[in-house]
Amino acid sequence: MMWDIVRRVLTICVTLFVVAAIIFAATEVLPGDVATAILGREAAPKRLAAIRQQLQLDRPASERYWQWLGGFVQGDWGQSLARPDQAIRPLVLERLRNTFWLSLLATCIGVPLAIILGVLAGLRRNQWLDSLVSVISLIGMSLPEFVIGSLLMLVFGVMLAILPAVTIVQADAPLTKLLPSMILPTLTLVIVMVAYILRMIRSSVIDIMQSEYVQMAYLKGVPQRLIIWRYIVPTALLPTINAVGLTVAWLIGGVVVVETVFNFPGIGRLMTSAVSDRDLPLVQALGLIGAFIYIMINVVADVATLWLTPRLRTQFWRPNEET
Amino acid sequence: MNELLLTVCDLAIGYPHGAQQIRPVLNGVHLQIRRGDRIGIVGESGCGKSTLAQALLGFVRDNGVRMRGSVNYGSEELFGLAPDRLQAIRGADIAFVPQNAGQSLAPHRTVSDQIAEVLTIHRGMTGHVAVQRINALLTQMRFANPTQIASRYPHQLSGGQQQRIALAIALAGEPKLLVLDEPTTGLDVTTQAQLLALIHELSRDTQLATVLVSHDLAVIAQSCQRVLVMYAGSVVEDGEVSHIFRQPSHPYTRGLLAAIPDITQARLPVPLPGQLRHMVDSTQCVFLDRCQFAQPDCAVAPPLIQLTPQQAVRCHHWQTVTQQVDRKYDTTLLPPVAAASAQAPVLQLTALSATYARPTWQWWRPTKTIPVVQQVDLHVQAGQTCALVGESGSGKSTVARVIAGLHPPLHGDITVDGMRLHADVAQRSAPQRQQVQLIFQNPDGSLNPRHTVAEILYRPQAVFFGRTRAQALPHSRDMLQKMRLDDQYLERLPRQLSGGEKQRVAIARAFLADPTVIVCDEIVSALDVSVQAAVLQVLVDMQRIHGTALLFISHDLAVVRAIAQTVAVLFAGQICEHGPAESVMTTPHHPYTIMLLSAVLSVAKPMHSMAASTADPVQAVPAGGCPFRHRCAIAIAQRCADQIPPVQQLANGHQVRCHHPPAVLHAYRQDILHLDM
Repeated sequence: MMWDIVRRVLTICVTLFVVAAIIFAATEVLPGDVATAILGREAAPKRLAAIRQQLQLDRPASERYWQWLGGFVQGDWGQSLARPDQAIRPLVLERLRNTFWLSLLATCIGVPLAIILGVLAGLRRNQWLDSLVSVISLIGMSLPEFVIGSLLMLVFGVMLAILPAVTIVQADAPLTKLLPSMILPTLTLVIVMVAYILRMIRSSVIDIMQSEYVQMAYLKGVPQRLIIWRYIVPTALLPTINAVGLTVAWLIGGVVVVETVFNFPGIGRLMTSAVSDRDLPLVQALGLIGAFIYIMINVVADVATLWLTPRLRTQFWRPNEET
Repeated sequence: MNELLLTVCDLAIGYPHGAQQIRPVLNGVHLQIRRGDRIGIVGESGCGKSTLAQALLGFVRDNGVRMRGSVNYGSEELFGLAPDRLQAIRGADIAFVPQNAGQSLAPHRTVSDQIAEVLTIHRGMTGHVAVQRINALLTQMRFANPTQIASRYPHQLSGGQQQRIALAIALAGEPKLLVLDEPTTGLDVTTQAQLLALIHELSRDTQLATVLVSHDLAVIAQSCQRVLVMYAGSVVEDGEVSHIFRQPSHPYTRGLLAAIPDITQARLPVPLPGQLRHMVDSTQCVFLDRCQFAQPDCAVAPPLIQLTPQQAVRCHHWQTVTQQVDRKYDTTLLPPVAAASAQAPVLQLTALSATYARPTWQWWRPTKTIPVVQQVDLHVQAGQTCALVGESGSGKSTVARVIAGLHPPLHGDITVDGMRLHADVAQRSAPQRQQVQLIFQNPDGSLNPRHTVAEILYRPQAVFFGRTRAQALPHSRDMLQKMRLDDQYLERLPRQLSGGEKQRVAIARAFLADPTVIVCDEIVSALDVSVQAAVLQVLVDMQRIHGTALLFISHDLAVVRAIAQTVAVLFAGQICEHGPAESVMTTPHHPYTIMLLSAVLSVAKPMHSMAASTADPVQAVPAGGCPFRHRCAIAIAQRCADQIPPVQQLANGHQVRCHHPPAVLHAYRQDILHLDM
């Protein structure tokens, strides 16, 4: 168990290191000059020279990589190119806060909803509720986020006009001011997320219901309600923890589209504007942060599975040893 | 007469087959169960015995339906009873012990949780009272350390322990009727004997009625008063065990009894021809297509005829069947043991040892290794069978893997035909690989599910003899014929075959490589007795034709007796007794062999007083000295713990590894086995 965790932490460090190298390479070692990539082909030679000096492009790439990574780890994430005099770290942290609340809200609503609907659909297999849930979740899965987002915007923002269609609040506004603008993006994320998790849980519940130990529970005279709560739900959820982790981690990607659609001031929109502004240091920082969050969520899911599965938790504790 | 508990009347249960049709798996079963009854239900797999067992609790699996009939407990009809009433009866009045305890215990809950649940629901016990009751139950189940066992999860228990936990859960509700579905299948003989003794004790002391479902006639003969023989959903014979097993009147009962190998006879059992088919036409006799006594009037289904108050049979021609002279054994005896000096052995294992690496979390320390096979010396001669027997975990299968080159970490030598084989199969030459073939226990895992039988049989011929498909075909056909499978089978996929047919294809594949040695790892353990007899027959036939040496690994001593010339008994990776089968089986010397033989059940003879029935069979094997000393009734305190026992030579190459002189072992054997031969 200990060894497993230590190994996992080491793996995370190596993964992040490799990811950082790839991000750096993709943005810096691309064919052509970084300065030209930033300013475009028709840039004045004088400005190109200024940028080259600012980014210290005359030094070897490996040297700059170490300097960048070292600075990153110590909290110096560099300066934005497109926004003069703007340090990247406060900018990213501020937007990260907004995205964090958005994702958290979506997760807190989406995961329990998916569990409830998935378990219900699994228990009432092939009945009307199951069919309804399955059809809706299929629709939710097949429509891209921006279509769902636009539809919601049209219905609630334009036709009913009860919710703000796009965010007009500043990025640094307090959470209470941001909240109304978060409702529609959250809803969009929830719809897509629920569809994925629900289907996973449904099939897991159906598997478990046919297991011998559930059959045995019926033969022991355990009431139906207890069978669901003690046997089916805990064992059906275990194999889905990893899927939930992946879906939550996916939110980071999904959030880019949703934030852009709703003009929500989170890291997703910051990313799109950084790319269109060719603000390379900002793109690098956001890429690394995204990778870090993605990996961490998956690690949490892995460790949770490990901890909640008795067979894995006690794998170094063998039978026939102490009787 | 005792109080009537449960009445089953004309019960029929079916499963949907296709869109509209419902195919019956149980047809017109009648049964009355009284307090203290010990009833056995026996039949091949697929005959509907498990469906009947679950129906006794008003339960039908998956999407099955009750077609007609009733199950009455007291005055209540279980089918269609209100859920809360049904829940109150299940587990409290009628309890169930499942076939496969490993799968039937919830993996995420501890033993104490699972027992406490029944106590809370049915007996209203909680907290301290429940804990005490759990301890009492576990003690009753012969667990040496109940509090420790209670805190464990199912995966931390051995198969025998899991089965005893399942029994403890069933008994927690203090039922009047206990239904046991194959409770000992998959357990070692010693564990099985212990569990059956436990069940027997319970029914004797508490007037508990038991219904025991098993495919094993010996288990039924030992633990039941009355038996129902089932075939294709119908009861074909019903009555007192003593009458039915002494004078079976249904051709099926007769066939089943003849198919059981007998530990006292070194002869092959007689297979039952054909295979179980699902009931198609309920107007004719269910056994018609496999019956050697069939007459034209069998096209009309016979009623259950009451012959005597103790015996009823569903056959028109029971008189003919009863009068038929018993043709129990294959007339041909096994070839005798070759004289030791006659020829050099084709397979020779010398001082073979193997270990398993064991994971530990202390990664800075070297990996711990556990020895599973220690200093094994064994040899098999051409055309002869050497059996390797022992309980699960004794290292039998590891020996097979080492010989096949699948378990490289190895000390010692393997020689085949005088040539030393490399420990790793990848380093062996093609002719060397051809010389050693392996047949596994589970053909589902060893036959490629996407290959037809023709393709499966073609592979070894292509690899070892470079034959083309066209060249291989006549050989494959010839081999299938020897396996008693016709040409149609060539085009079938493994999933279209029955268990016995699959195993015969696996045997055919092994023989097509024309090997010198075949290692058979528990190849008949998963098969029904009737099928097992047929598989053993083709195996022995093939061995006679090809002169192949067999290393036959099995936990079933009766099967071993039927086909092996020599026997080696393995305990904790060491051979503790070795010699000619006749000698080892009739005059066993090692206390472990004696224990194994005493646990073997037979239809004919009563159970032996078990030497080990009080000790928990799952015990750590101690290091140093004699590994068996903790389970040995005659261990010598100091010597057996400190000194490794010497190998003693007895007559005819019979060897035993024990500190006691043969005279002491002889007296001990008389004491335990009361052998009167």
